[in-house]
Amino acid sequence: MFRKPPDRPDAIEVVVEGVSLRVPPGTTAAAAALLAGLPSTRTSPVTGEPRAPYCLMGVCFECLLVIDGVPSRQGCLVTVRPGMTIRRQEGARSL
Amino acid sequence: MSESFDLVVIGGGPAGLAAATEARALGLSVALVDEQAEPGGQIYRNVERAEAEGRAAPLGDDYRRGLGLVRAFRASGATHFAQHQAWQVERDGRVFVTDGAKSRLLEGRRVLVAVGAMERPVPIPGWTLPGVMGVGAAQILHKSIGVLPDAGVWLAGSGPLLLHFAVEVVEAGGRIAGILDTTRSFAPATVLAHPVAALRGRSYLAKGIGYLARLRMAGVVRHSGVEAVEAHGEARVSKVRWRTGTQWHEAPATGLLLHEGVIPHVHMTQALGCEHAWDEAQQCFRPRTDAFGATSVEAIFVAGDCGGIGGAIVAEGRGRVAALGIAASLGRIAPADRDAKAKPIRDGLAPHEAIRPLLDALYRPAPELLAPADDVVACRCEGVTAGRLREAVSLGCLGPNQAKSFTRCGMGPCQGRLCGPTVTGTIAKALGQSPAQVGSFRIRPPLKPLTLGELATLADLERGG
Repeated sequence: MFRKPPDRPDAIEVVVEGVSLRVPPGTTAAAAALLAGLPSTRTSPVTGEPRAPYCLMGVCFECLLVIDGVPSRQGCLVTVRPGMTIRRQEGARSL
Repeated sequence: MSESFDLVVIGGGPAGLAAATEARALGLSVALVDEQAEPGGQIYRNVERAEAEGRAAPLGDDYRRGLGLVRAFRASGATHFAQHQAWQVERDGRVFVTDGAKSRLLEGRRVLVAVGAMERPVPIPGWTLPGVMGVGAAQILHKSIGVLPDAGVWLAGSGPLLLHFAVEVVEAGGRIAGILDTTRSFAPATVLAHPVAALRGRSYLAKGIGYLARLRMAGVVRHSGVEAVEAHGEARVSKVRWRTGTQWHEAPATGLLLHEGVIPHVHMTQALGCEHAWDEAQQCFRPRTDAFGATSVEAIFVAGDCGGIGGAIVAEGRGRVAALGIAASLGRIAPADRDAKAKPIRDGLAPHEAIRPLLDALYRPAPELLAPADDVVACRCEGVTAGRLREAVSLGCLGPNQAKSFTRCGMGPCQGRLCGPTVTGTIAKALGQSPAQVGSFRIRPPLKPLTLGELATLADLERGG
């Protein structure tokens, strides 16, 4: 759905669903998941349907991700850091 | 950890930045809390970074205007809490924030809520499918990291941002599948019905006409008179369908970007119990304020689009005016001084405010956006359709707050931010009442989900740590 930006020397390497990906500085975790081409980024804990980021501005909570092992983070509000691991969130977070 | 400030500003867009800078110039101590890493809000998102990377100029002068604002803010001496979320704001001016790990308390003598606008939810069949997003979301990707949609992406909806973004994409060398324009009003007739607004706001009209010409020149497909749009697909959106008159059309799609204008983000002011009014022209709730942005709660002021949609330039001016009002309310400047300083700012805003009634009339949302068909999902978090809301009404549900117990709508992680307008609109229509009569969700703390660990860090505060 989105064109991958050209690689650049100051790109930041993150790991999305186990796959390394270089993204521009300032990329959010939700944007990294979109650039990784994941068809969806979570499943709804209520309906089980696949979902993906919708608003990217902190309103909709559709971009909930597991970031560095912490579930239910709003991916659109977390800026990537080198080595960050980003994973899909399946259903509700485990407690 | 607790710190005290004359003013705590919440939101780092044009209103918040201008207010913080102005308040500092008036000698107030200021903290600015913002969810984003860099100042600018959504409209000037990552403008410093874009400038440093040579990407700001192609995004236009309207965008680069933010650079001056951000630089003035950086130099103002205000304390910037970037990537902090305000999870609780008290009516006495106390603001609880978290950086995702640790909470702190900012004690404001005054609080300025400048949290801006959100895109109006666009509940259509299939809008929960991955690949369906807001136009604003795609624009954020472009502004912040230079990422463009691919050539299979459709834009659908109405309003200035829709055309602006399409122009932005083609001028940056991108392509889109096309535009499905749902604007219902006949532009020439609407313009004629608002002659003063059209004349005073002619630069905005010229901009709009320019967008259309540039899109034609770039060969962008634009279907006008679109009365319905649907997203279809299995795991993701793969097809869009749309209706003009009685005729249905369809096309393959890799994505669908929706936009039906923006509405004030009222979650925080509603949680604070500020009085709100239904704005019939803009079809949304907004807080009641005086001319300086003072709300019905003494310590709480509002500026920018979260107080009523006016756009970036108006937000900036209203931020400055609010700072003057706040300084006067704290006795730091005399009322006469406040009024003298506010006058030239307000005079400068007048032409930008004059266009708004015309834009509101041109891009008035269709009734089915506020009250969609039975099978359309209203509350994305809890998967509640408009039909289930109507069923609840038929069982005696009288408003959004009762609808929570009937259906769980508004009780998911977004806490009703995205479904609020649809829930109010659907129930109002079913009851034959106005949205003002039906009201909106009562917002409960915390404003953002918080871990017990983040909450527990407040214990340091009580120990005086």
